Amino acid sequence: MDLNGSQMVVEALRKENVSVVFGYPGGAIMNVYDEVYKQDYFEHILTRHEQAAIHAADGYARASGDVGVAFVTSGPGFTNAVTGLATAYIDSIPMVVISGQVPISMIGTDAFQEIDAVGISRPCVKHNYLVKHVKDLPRILKEAFYIARSGRPGPVHIDLPKDVTAQVGKFEYPDTISIRTYKPTYKGNARQIKKAIDAIEKSKRPVLYIGGGAVNANAAAEVREFAEITGVPAVETLMARGVMGDDNPLLLGMLGMHGSYCANMSMSEADLMIAFGARFDDRVTGKLSEFGKHAKIIHVDIDPSSIGKIVKIDYPIVGDLKNIVSEMIPLAKEKINPTQYESWRKLLKRYDEIHPLGYKDTPTVIKPQWVIQRIGELLGEKAIITTDVGQHQMWAAQFYPFDRPRQFITSGGLGTMGFGFPAAIGVKKAIQDKISINITGDGSILMNIQELMTAYESKVPVINIILNNGYLGMVRQWQTFFYDKRYSSTDLSGAQPDFVKLAESFGGRGFRVETKAAFDEALDEAVKSNSVCMIDVNVDRLEDVLPMVPAGGSLYNMILEHKD
Amino acid sequence: MRRVLSVIVTNEHGVLSRISGLFAGRGYNIDSLTVAPIPETDFSRLTIVTSGNENVLEQIVKQLHKLIPTYKVIESGEFVEKEMALVKIPLNEDFNGLDAMLKAYNGVIANSGTNFIVVMVADNANRIDDFLKAIKKYNPTDMVRSGSVAMDV
Repeated sequence: MDLNGSQMVVEALRKENVSVVFGYPGGAIMNVYDEVYKQDYFEHILTRHEQAAIHAADGYARASGDVGVAFVTSGPGFTNAVTGLATAYIDSIPMVVISGQVPISMIGTDAFQEIDAVGISRPCVKHNYLVKHVKDLPRILKEAFYIARSGRPGPVHIDLPKDVTAQVGKFEYPDTISIRTYKPTYKGNARQIKKAIDAIEKSKRPVLYIGGGAVNANAAAEVREFAEITGVPAVETLMARGVMGDDNPLLLGMLGMHGSYCANMSMSEADLMIAFGARFDDRVTGKLSEFGKHAKIIHVDIDPSSIGKIVKIDYPIVGDLKNIVSEMIPLAKEKINPTQYESWRKLLKRYDEIHPLGYKDTPTVIKPQWVIQRIGELLGEKAIITTDVGQHQMWAAQFYPFDRPRQFITSGGLGTMGFGFPAAIGVKKAIQDKISINITGDGSILMNIQELMTAYESKVPVINIILNNGYLGMVRQWQTFFYDKRYSSTDLSGAQPDFVKLAESFGGRGFRVETKAAFDEALDEAVKSNSVCMIDVNVDRLEDVLPMVPAGGSLYNMILEHKD
Repeated sequence: MRRVLSVIVTNEHGVLSRISGLFAGRGYNIDSLTVAPIPETDFSRLTIVTSGNENVLEQIVKQLHKLIPTYKVIESGEFVEKEMALVKIPLNEDFNGLDAMLKAYNGVIANSGTNFIVVMVADNANRIDDFLKAIKKYNPTDMVRSGSVAMDV
């Protein structure tokens, strides 16, 4: 079948069962958009900024587990997309982004809207391509999807010159792909697995340290089963929230900079860490020389370069987490008696009783943590939560009752403000029978506020809940603790938009909330409205996220009390 | 610690910048880097001389492997390793002893002009260092040195 480059893109997306593409047209990608117009295989959602298109595709991918897809044009269209690519790359999110490029004959001439896109994207994608000839395009499209979703997932970028989108060639879409130089390891080494089980059997104070890889590998059921049959208590990273389910008695909560006292103490006192798809991020480890000082470490990861990158690993196992945990389960059943860690679990429970995760509620002012808990009480498993970045993100991770993976969607590695709202649009497109809630701050929401228009036009009901404290709250918190309260450029209270009117001017619904009762009403009405909403909640201005491990501090030295 | 890596990659657009970008982006050292296609294949071979401790070296190898076009990273074992240097010496110098020196360093006279000769040596890196020091007594006007090429044996 002979097709031009643009038709090939559309055909490939159909063959990959892509149902929605996010994007923004422009000169260099116009031929592709012309084919998008003519087809009805997939829906196209016009975002109002390219960064938002990538975040929306990212949210779609995180919620569904499928590959997210976005189109952008050359030059500024592409450079706007870079933050989205970097966000997806560091969190290992499968995505294919196709950017327009000036015609091949003009590459390198500083043409209108020309930029070296593959040069810019190289460090923030899993792989990228500049398509030089239409004959390569079907293979490149197939490879891009394959690379994005296989091994350690990640974004793949295809830079597509305008003349290639018009060239005609044979469209033979390969059924399978085999790249000689790219063979991810899926099966774990049997001897290593056995050694790891022996190490667990011999340990007295083991902890499961669960990372985002458990989500990417769809291994939550196996990880839960493994925890239950062994009786090993578990901690979750930010990226793994929901894997164990918050009502699971073996879950000690989130660990790291804003982890629970109990979770962090378990890591500090463990004699064995069982890291499942976690990458030892500095926000998790704190001071490295003190991290897991008494522990041997088992590390299961699909990416060999993750193993041993930060800490020395005693039992490395490379492969797919779902496969490996499935192989560990029968061996563990044979060897490990879940009662053997009873005194360890009791000790950890005691830690949780001494310093439980909590806050002091008051009747006079709304506490941000209360808002999160309340959303949880009212919507619970019916909602999928996205967040932006800052205090609200940490409170959401701490206080929302997550019961499954892919229910909490947040920019973990890059910490991208402006992620939450467009991601929530992608989430809603992926999982239509759930309520898409973006928990955000008065700082973050303004970073992609124009997406109100996207949500309105495309009829994607997303509820933005702004925990409005009139500050860039997390930076303000650091200034309180470490900069002697010099609030340099963090007080936003003097210059804020009217979020209600703002929402309304984009066709959405706005609610201002100053009492707890008003919050319940607003949320109820927002859910019923089935339109894009902003709920602007006035919360306690000076609330801090606690506990806190100061950057570079050790996990067992937590700030537990508010500093007045 | 100085280490030599021989990296086989698919010979495709932008692959060299992927490799050098990886080193730059992650703060690894490159002492020298040479690259050329492998005859009758669609692969290229890079010889990278780098330095770092064991952990850094392990990461370099893993990160190189992680690049999609990387086929093989040969890191250990015995290498035959050679560098090349070209040195331009004015004809009005006294060449007494030059022949013996060239002989000692696998050198030849590669070219000669009306005002100069060019000598070429190929040897391992520290021998090239020595040679470039020794040749100074002929007051060379130009010296060019290549990166390493290495073959595992």
